[in-house]
Amino acid sequence: MAKSKLFWPIMVLVFILVFNLFFDPSFFTVEIRNGRFTGSLIDILNRGAPLMLISIGMTLVIATKGIDLGVGSVIAMSGAVGAMTVTGSPEGSLTPLFLAIVLALGVSVLTGVWNGVLVSRIGVQPIVATLILMVAGRGVAQLITNGQITTVYYEPYKFIGGGYLLMLPLSIFIVAFVFLIALYLTRKTSIGLFIESVGANPSASRLSGINSKNIILMVYMFSGLCAGIGGLILSSNVASADGNNAGLWYELDAILAVVIGGTSLMGGRFFLTGTIIGALIIQSLTTTIYSIGVPAETNLVVKAVVVLIVCLLQSPEFRNKVFGAFTRKGIKDTKDKGVTLS
Amino acid sequence: MQEQKTPRLVMEGITKEFPGVKALSNVSFQLFPGEVHSLMGENGAGKSTLIKVLTGVYSNDEGTVKLEGSPIHVANPLEAQDLGISTVYQEVNLCSNLSVVENIFIGRQIMKKGRIDWKEMKSRAEEVLARLNLTIDVTKLLSSYSVAIQQMVAIGRALNVSARVLILDEPTSSLDTDEVNQLFGVIRKLKDEGLAIVFISHFLDQIYEISDRITVLRNGELVGEYMTKDLPRIELVSKMIGKELDAVSSNRDEVAKKERGEVLLEVEQLARKGSVEPFNLDLHKGEIVGLAGLLGSGRTELARLLFGADKADSGEIKINGSKTKLNIPKQAISKGIAFCSEDRKAEGIIPDLTIRENIILAMQGINGVFNYIPKKRQIEIADEYIKLLNINPRNPEQLIKNLSGGNQQKVMLARWLITNPELLILDEPTRGIDIGAKAEIMKLMISLSKDGMSILFISSELEEVLRTCNKIVVMRDREKVSEIDNGKQVTQQDIMKQMAGGVV
Ligand SMILES: Nc1ncnc2c1ncn2[C@@H]1O[C@H](COP(=O)(O)OP(=O)(O)OP(=O)(O)O)[C@@H](O)[C@H]1O
Ligand SMILES: [Mg+2]
Repeated sequence: MAKSKLFWPIMVLVFILVFNLFFDPSFFTVEIRNGRFTGSLIDILNRGAPLMLISIGMTLVIATKGIDLGVGSVIAMSGAVGAMTVTGSPEGSLTPLFLAIVLALGVSVLTGVWNGVLVSRIGVQPIVATLILMVAGRGVAQLITNGQITTVYYEPYKFIGGGYLLMLPLSIFIVAFVFLIALYLTRKTSIGLFIESVGANPSASRLSGINSKNIILMVYMFSGLCAGIGGLILSSNVASADGNNAGLWYELDAILAVVIGGTSLMGGRFFLTGTIIGALIIQSLTTTIYSIGVPAETNLVVKAVVVLIVCLLQSPEFRNKVFGAFTRKGIKDTKDKGVTLS
Repeated sequence: MQEQKTPRLVMEGITKEFPGVKALSNVSFQLFPGEVHSLMGENGAGKSTLIKVLTGVYSNDEGTVKLEGSPIHVANPLEAQDLGISTVYQEVNLCSNLSVVENIFIGRQIMKKGRIDWKEMKSRAEEVLARLNLTIDVTKLLSSYSVAIQQMVAIGRALNVSARVLILDEPTSSLDTDEVNQLFGVIRKLKDEGLAIVFISHFLDQIYEISDRITVLRNGELVGEYMTKDLPRIELVSKMIGKELDAVSSNRDEVAKKERGEVLLEVEQLARKGSVEPFNLDLHKGEIVGLAGLLGSGRTELARLLFGADKADSGEIKINGSKTKLNIPKQAISKGIAFCSEDRKAEGIIPDLTIRENIILAMQGINGVFNYIPKKRQIEIADEYIKLLNINPRNPEQLIKNLSGGNQQKVMLARWLITNPELLILDEPTRGIDIGAKAEIMKLMISLSKDGMSILFISSELEEVLRTCNKIVVMRDREKVSEIDNGKQVTQQDIMKQMAGGVV
């Protein structure tokens, strides 16, 4: 099941990458320069890191039939907190770096607590609850940075997003680490089962003795944490904090990545690996658009078209109509539910 | 006489395969105008699938369908409706947060000058429901009416178009006797109007009361078509299950006099405003207590209080002598209580998950997050209960939403049985379950109680209650009206009298 869900997203990703080969024959080349791997593929992974992180958190939220529109603002807040903590710190000490990380991530998790409490304890609809944070969070980020772009001169801070480990960008390791933790928690503990059951049928889950409130609280906290890490990477990358623009529209890209990856917005089954591929599709699209010199204004339109194609490819009904015109048998099973409401 | 008429509907050589399951193979079915034709078969025999092929929910792999002699290819349920094939599916799919009118006309609103013509729709809805002897305020929300009325509305919705064929897939499983009679009145009337009706139910009494002809399916194959009057019950049952039914042979006096253990549960003045009046109950270890009453008498509501699904306003619960607060289900479960809800779709199954995951859910809830049952063990458990309860298909990795209604119900039972509770609350556990499996479940209940498990058994089927329970508590208007010790001298009549309030 998971395999077939991944098939079309992988095909699209491969297609986009191969497409690049026509414009840049060295697209797949990875070289060692200055003791580091460099190349377009590495670049996509590196730049896509924040989106992949945020999409991982978003996947779990969506699996509980929720949504987190606040992640873009959390990116801005986390970056702002991180950058403001280290500005003017002396180069010699690493303490400011750790302090910045702890504070930024602490704030991010707190935003998750806020969302989670609103949704699970007070019963605010996820889209409304997180919309509040989307607006308020950016405001807070602007307050922290005084509405200006604050530049960081403290070198160690730049390591988070720009550092290298084993010849590869550190951010790739961060993503891998978070991804593996998420995989472990959802496969080797019962968290995955609980998330899916809460998302697919909350009342049945409650009657089965699952504390759905805590599960929901937890996924929003995790989503906040992921956004926080992403925010640190982004802010460290540009060595500055920008309360106005950092993380703008990230929530939408993340939701797209999740959907492309095969997780339904109706909650229930989720596919973390699919999400990673979805995020990579979006990132490689962006990279492609810039590198082949399409005017930047068309960026969004091209993106939308590709997303549409992926979503259509994933619909069995669509595939049947288009590819199945020649075969006799149709798979109509998906219509099962539409019986009375169609 | 009927034989001479031309059939309204003929299905021939229908085959339908799902990945890994042959749900129907070479099944034929014919339906005459003015008759009620029952489809019989065990859980998973293929009854609902045959219906869904007819109405275009599924496409068949092979076979033909003819309506009044001309071949038809139904691509989807709306097309079926346009052809006059109206269906009430097993899982009623209405929107309880919409009004009755909206439910009846959803998807085919009446328009006037590009706008919805509410006045016309309202009067048409009233007309349709009047045909079912139902006069209700159609502008009210559907959720404000009882399940029975909702069921009628579902039928009304199906009847709305000029119907030639009416299909009712287990319409009676959530109705009580009066309501069934009311429904049968309507069915007879429609039959006299010349409608051809397909009726599915696991209640033999109902089949024999209402149907003219019976088609029996077994494992997706056609066993045969019979006139109801020529087919004795015993024969019907053995045709369905392919062998003789070995009935629950329980000596009722023995059940009644069975040695009782110590008191497990003491309930004192337990109440919740608007749903249960102050209620007292003692439940011993190894005792099966039946909870009888009409729909709305407060049986389910009481069960929910005992499980912490709803919070009681006042009163006291003692388990094994110590006072306990049950505010959420998790607390009740940790005290050894299990509750199998009557509403399998809304409160039972997790549709996207597999049989295995659905079975272990409550157990995993007890174990908590980090004490994850290893997958291998999960499969063992699932396999064990699939075998014990004869769940079909046998593959634990099948998604539960692909199971037949009765098999879903068995999975729900399995979910609670594996938690090995001290008190098992079963709310209509045999709903939608075939008679063979019903007998098996009765037997299982009796043997579990012999091992010391206490069972609170809510059922609208008094026969089941009398067959298994030591004690029967009757509820009426949210109150306990009597407590009857079971024994040979107790009859269904006695209990019904209590349920209805002395006048039957
Ligand atoms: N969408 C599906 N995918 C896979 N298998 C299915 C699907 N729908 C039904 N089946 C299988 O087809 C068989 C027949 O199911 P069906 O629902 O027709 O049974 P039924 O006779 O209506 O039983 P019940 O009395 O329990 O309602 C079952 O084995 C079921 O598991
Ligand atoms: Mg069925």
